Amino acid sequence: MTEEEKLGVNKFHVDENFSHIEINKEACPEDIMTLVRACPAGLYKYNDGTLTHDCAGCFECGVCRILSAGKVVSRWEFPKGGKGIEYRFG
Amino acid sequence: MSEEKFDVIIVGGGIAGSVTALLLARAGLEVVMIERGNYSGAKNMTGGRLYSHCFNGIIPDFAEIAPIERKVMHERVSMMTETSNFTFDYTSDRLAQPGKESYIVLRGIFDRWLAEQAEKAGAMAVNGILVENLIIRDGKVCGVIAGEEQMFADTVVLADGANSQLTTKAGLQRKPVTPHQIAIGAKELFELDEKKIEGRFNLAPGEGSAWLFAGWPSGGMTGGGFIYTNKASVSLGIVVTAAEFINARKSVNELLEQFKAHSAVKPLIEGSKLIEYSGHMVAEGGYGMLPRLYSDGVVAVGDAAHLVINAGYTVRGMDLAVGSAAAAAAAIISAKSRGDFSEKSLSMYKRLLDDSFVMRDMRRFRKYPRFMENRRIFNEYPEMADEIFAGVFVTDGAPQASMFSKIFKTAKKNGLRNLAKDCIKGVSTL
Repeated sequence: MTEEEKLGVNKFHVDENFSHIEINKEACPEDIMTLVRACPAGLYKYNDGTLTHDCAGCFECGVCRILSAGKVVSRWEFPKGGKGIEYRFG
Repeated sequence: MSEEKFDVIIVGGGIAGSVTALLLARAGLEVVMIERGNYSGAKNMTGGRLYSHCFNGIIPDFAEIAPIERKVMHERVSMMTETSNFTFDYTSDRLAQPGKESYIVLRGIFDRWLAEQAEKAGAMAVNGILVENLIIRDGKVCGVIAGEEQMFADTVVLADGANSQLTTKAGLQRKPVTPHQIAIGAKELFELDEKKIEGRFNLAPGEGSAWLFAGWPSGGMTGGGFIYTNKASVSLGIVVTAAEFINARKSVNELLEQFKAHSAVKPLIEGSKLIEYSGHMVAEGGYGMLPRLYSDGVVAVGDAAHLVINAGYTVRGMDLAVGSAAAAAAAIISAKSRGDFSEKSLSMYKRLLDDSFVMRDMRRFRKYPRFMENRRIFNEYPEMADEIFAGVFVTDGAPQASMFSKIFKTAKKNGLRNLAKDCIKGVSTL
């Protein structure tokens, strides 16, 4: 199963007006690949030299913040109250 | 909101926050607990179990009234390679002794219940609000900022979890957390009929199994796999040190997929349905990673204080969250009686914590995080177990060597000196 298929079963409150993570698309490819592998939700995608990232689906775990603050991740905040992932089981 | 002032503001409504709120409310303090999820537990997950001893004196009958999944009656530990798996399985009446037993819980369900207990005791719980910053005046934390609102209190309790950024703002987390100090936890939850769970895991009704795996699930990296039986679902996941992904060959999801596909795992979840996929940061640096725990007007509890013990065969955090909440609440109640919420006054929290099981165990396992960085545990030793047991059990008609010589031959190949060193180190750090 891909991450996307797995995220499909989760309950999530999308915030259309706010991206809680901001990325630096010019970051070094090695640093980008670290996040491609480490993000449990698989939200960092690197194809043909282009980095894309989607906040929808994020577990808000903060691992990308610790791994790559100041490199790939230029800003990391929590989503607004009530938004984002909502674990029904946890 | 006007300049309303509470005795205590608690940021985060998980286990540490809810227990702190419960105890402070019982003592008659005016407490507000602010949770960013729409309910307590909405942002929380666990790949672990809760040791009941921590609730002694707080909610003594918690096992009867709390929404727990199953009581752990089987402790299983496996060494797994791509094509083999060696498991030991311990079961005993001793695991069921009152006050010493442990329970599998699901945090989205359990935390919600726990927060309700705090509310029943008189704490005010506010959900769906994110605390963005702290109000700090003359070096003293005196309140929180949420959106346009400011709220004030004598003491602010940071119970905002492993990914807390407020502990840095409060000056408690002075050095940035490094990728070596944290792990990534990822978990899949599979819905499965109760009877099937009990059959597949050899469990009596209501009993559960805690199962940890070394080797293949983490792809030989520092970490491991886990499987826990819930009431009508199975939790399966991995925990791997974040720094390992800097040069890894596989992603978190690839590791999960290969773990699930292993012949020793696949039949356990056969025919089940994925109902949730979750992830979380785990603070694994141990005693050496602890931030400062208190300052003027502020204390940190639970995961926000990085109170986690990973001893390989068991991972603890939830009972430490309860223990730290109890110590923090006692210190705040005492500070209130003196009307003094300074750093010096709140230092009682650290003293109480030092004398409690929380710090006794944190200190006892302080060398363990370094020991766990030893790659042999996740590579050579599972391979060794495979070779030894293949030697013992695989029979092809060729002349059989003695059991001892088989084990000795395999051990020698991996270096007797390393093996002896790791055994001694492993035993002495535990």
